[in-house]
Amino acid sequence: MPDSTPPPLLQVENLRISFHGREHVVEAVKGISFRLEEGHTLAVVGESGSGKSVTALALSKLVPPPPVCTVSGRVLYRGKDVLAASARELQKIRGKEIAYIFQEPGSSLNPVFSVGWQIAEAVKLHLPQVTDVHGRVVAALRDVGIRDPEKRADAYPHELSGGMQQRVMIAMALACEPRLLVADEPTTALDVTIQKQILDLLREVRQRHRMATILITHNFGIVAGFADEVIVMFRGQIVEAGPVAQVLRSPKHPYTQALIACIPRLGDHGRRLTTIDYSKIEAAMAASA
Amino acid sequence: MSALLEITDLHVYYPLRAGLLGRHREVVRAVDGISFTVQRGKTVGLVGESGSGKTTTGRALVRLAPVTTGSIKYDGVELTGLSEHAFFAYRKRIQMIFQDPFNSLNPRLTIFQILAEPLEIHFPKQTRAERENRVAELLRLVGLEATHLHRYPHEFSGGQRQRIGIARALAVEPEFIVCDEPVSALDVSVQAQIVNLLRDLQDKLGLTYLFIAHDLAVVEHVSDEVLVMTGGKIVEAASAEEIYAHPKHEYTRKLIDAVPTL
Repeated sequence: MPDSTPPPLLQVENLRISFHGREHVVEAVKGISFRLEEGHTLAVVGESGSGKSVTALALSKLVPPPPVCTVSGRVLYRGKDVLAASARELQKIRGKEIAYIFQEPGSSLNPVFSVGWQIAEAVKLHLPQVTDVHGRVVAALRDVGIRDPEKRADAYPHELSGGMQQRVMIAMALACEPRLLVADEPTTALDVTIQKQILDLLREVRQRHRMATILITHNFGIVAGFADEVIVMFRGQIVEAGPVAQVLRSPKHPYTQALIACIPRLGDHGRRLTTIDYSKIEAAMAASA
Repeated sequence: MSALLEITDLHVYYPLRAGLLGRHREVVRAVDGISFTVQRGKTVGLVGESGSGKTTTGRALVRLAPVTTGSIKYDGVELTGLSEHAFFAYRKRIQMIFQDPFNSLNPRLTIFQILAEPLEIHFPKQTRAERENRVAELLRLVGLEATHLHRYPHEFSGGQRQRIGIARALAVEPEFIVCDEPVSALDVSVQAQIVNLLRDLQDKLGLTYLFIAHDLAVVEHVSDEVLVMTGGKIVEAASAEEIYAHPKHEYTRKLIDAVPTL
């Protein structure tokens, strides 16, 4: 049969994103392509300004509308182009199919509603068939390891620590059982000890829900042991892509090498940290172009 | 040789208000009896989680947190009992760098104004030309350009803003700098630049640091000695090599385990 293989969960083809300012145009993403299979985990690694976050937002067309921002290329979610979808179709994808968690849980949560109310809002919108909304909310909170979820559902964001707030964000994202979870710097604002807890939690829930995950980060350190594949972005382009173990073991591109080298390692007292020599990377990019 | 900074049995308690009359019933023991010393020209790292009391310790040194009991001796002088007037001289000698480069710079001031303000306070006799020269020198010192002088904080990246924060601390020629999570809000690649900058400045200017962070890998990297803090108490103190090679306290091991391995 010619059509026996289903399309991948996500296929991005030649994605370009530009922001139009009053004076100049900034091309944030310069024609990138990648794919993600059902249930897999992809890490997108790059520094601030590399275009990784805006790529994540474009996956469910969350970028500002033209003329501020123009997007071209295709984002095929289960074979259907998200960029060409109507507002109504997008509503069904956002939250229900593709859910997000962001860097700062403190500013992503609404301070004037209880966390339970906020999770219930998502459940009512995307899963109207659920009758016991409160039960669902409590289950979602229990699912992310929040103790005493019945009581915690009534708490307001400011009553919770940063780690707990991020757990609530994850509970909210998972409450509608998305197929794809996009975690944009989920641990950057947190202590390393809490970072470990949140990564362990994400690892566990993605297995339990058989969910594909995209992890966006500036830190190669948290990619090892978490993602199957990695793409490295530099100034709007993908400079290297491949299985995590392989990229970490023998990074090919000088930018990837530099990103891995700059991480401080334990037991490394006194050594000068390696910094990124941008002129060297630019030269390498020019040579390969 | 006597230590530059000697802290003995320091306590910082914050009262929790209870009842209509605001009577103090309970207290939060943010810092609960800690002692340590910092030798001149060295870096002491203070590591722990949010809520461990590490930031409060740093803030207590520059009177941004109230000392309940205990002693802070700096260069042989007891600081806790000093009047505001007598403490003024120490504000120049002890400076601080803050965690969040986005919130610690006044958005309405230009870089020149931000860097000139401490000069006006501590060097009132400087002429305008001298002040301009000093500000330009400070920018060069932290790797920024003099052309940046008349820009505002929002025109800079996180790493550049942290450089401005460092330049502001250096403006008054301090000996001792409390670095409160100076790299936690930055990308790892920028973190490496700032860590290297702090070390270069230490070599060049003979600075002494109290380096506060939650990431043991960074602390171990920059420090001569490491203090591990949790629940307001220091649970382990050892040299940087020792703390990684032979962690004694369970909590230290937990911090080591939390560091991602490549």
